[in-house]
Amino acid sequence: MHIPDGFLDAKTALATGVLAVAGLGLALRRVRQSFPPQRIPLLGLAAAFIFAAQLLNFPVAGGTSGHLLGGALAAVLLGPAAAVVAMSAVLVLQCLLFSDGGVTALGANLFNMAVVAPVVAWAVFRPLERIAGRGGAVALAAWLSTVIAALVCAGELAWSGRVAWHLVLPAMGGVHALIGLGEALITTLILGAIAAARPELLEATAPAHRRDLIGLGLLVALGLVVLVAPFACPWPDGLERVAARLGFEQHTAQLLKAPLADYAVPGLPWEKLGTVISGVIGTLAVFVAAWAVVRMIGKKAHNV
Amino acid sequence: MQPDLIDRYARLDSPVHALAAGPKLCAALALVLLVALWPGAPWRLLGAVAALLAALAALSRMPPRFLLRRLLIAAPFALGVAALALLQPDGLRIFLLLLAKSTLCLAAMILLTATTPFTDLLEALRRARVPPVFVTTLALLYRYLFVLRDEAGRMRRARWSRSFSATRAHRWRVLATVAGQLFIRSTGRAERIYAAMSARGWEVK
Repeated sequence: MHIPDGFLDAKTALATGVLAVAGLGLALRRVRQSFPPQRIPLLGLAAAFIFAAQLLNFPVAGGTSGHLLGGALAAVLLGPAAAVVAMSAVLVLQCLLFSDGGVTALGANLFNMAVVAPVVAWAVFRPLERIAGRGGAVALAAWLSTVIAALVCAGELAWSGRVAWHLVLPAMGGVHALIGLGEALITTLILGAIAAARPELLEATAPAHRRDLIGLGLLVALGLVVLVAPFACPWPDGLERVAARLGFEQHTAQLLKAPLADYAVPGLPWEKLGTVISGVIGTLAVFVAAWAVVRMIGKKAHNV
Repeated sequence: MQPDLIDRYARLDSPVHALAAGPKLCAALALVLLVALWPGAPWRLLGAVAALLAALAALSRMPPRFLLRRLLIAAPFALGVAALALLQPDGLRIFLLLLAKSTLCLAAMILLTATTPFTDLLEALRRARVPPVFVTTLALLYRYLFVLRDEAGRMRRARWSRSFSATRAHRWRVLATVAGQLFIRSTGRAERIYAAMSARGWEVK
């Protein structure tokens, strides 16, 4: 899912760059506020752990193999803000040292894999954990985070006008729906192994900071609206509040039906800008509503 | 993914190596931005950049095979996505353009990182006011990456040499146990590192 240089045009590179910097900045601020100094080195070590874990290939059906993305794993082990920082470090190092992912695409890659993946995973995992138990919550969080990150990646490629949406969506979505299964299985197994050997690590490393999620969650929602909403998105899934956002986006996509299939569109047509703005406002509204619902569910589950 | 694959030649003595890390980083970024974001199909520009990079590579006295190998390692994803472009109208042109642009950018970044020790790049980032917590995280990541990888390798070997496993389910479980243990050991290591860093006067800025 690492986008190389040359695949994104200037507007996409800039937009994703802003999103990524905002996400990393927010996360770093939260970490400085809420992370005790003795745990700062853990950020680097956890990043190295994710990097090493990404080297573990696992077989995907049909003879191909995938590797771990690690967004959900990092989110559950470290909490969302620290996960964003650790995943960002992994991606920056991959970009600078291993030429894995391009420099102009660094913003996009950071946003997809270091912001969207862990934040989506956390947003799914946290409320579900109390209802479905850790295993089920982790599995769903890992799968969804992989697939949504892949969709955002597809949106960026299509928005740049390099590859058409109707080609890139099934390619990215289909492959990552499969890879996501591997991601879900291996993440669940790894967390199970940690829980069996040192359960206190999981308690200690996942402090519940609601505020961590507000800024980052909004940012992810905005990113989804800007990058994925402009394309008609036949989203097949109806789960969780992430999907509630996407459901809304299907709606905006209907308003649009729009001319982006023509690669020659130079900038941002006004009509489309209007849709994006209405999408942004709508997302804020849905986000607030979803937030209230999840809080209510969380409280109820907590009381029981 | 050998450690020596990355900065094996980062400390050679050549005019390219002698450049300061900061300006070199800026120059490489500027070149990549130019190539990747220039709209349309600027074939002449791409040709000029290719010639410039080839000249720099020759000047740096890096073995060409080393540079080529690093280019090839990073190629598959670019090829995969670019191949999708073949399926649309005017696909061949877009395919070639994507491939040329991404290859040139890759070459520029490889030339940068292969001729610059990573610690120098980190210092350049620090001076560019990247938040210190993030630079520290990057430094620790770089320092312990290969330590952890080797540790994982040792654990896997130890496990395989003690048990026979034919089934796929068992293989997954072993993989996960090794990874879980790796994280547990990482947290222990992080605590020791924090003690060592504090003893040397480190504090969060």
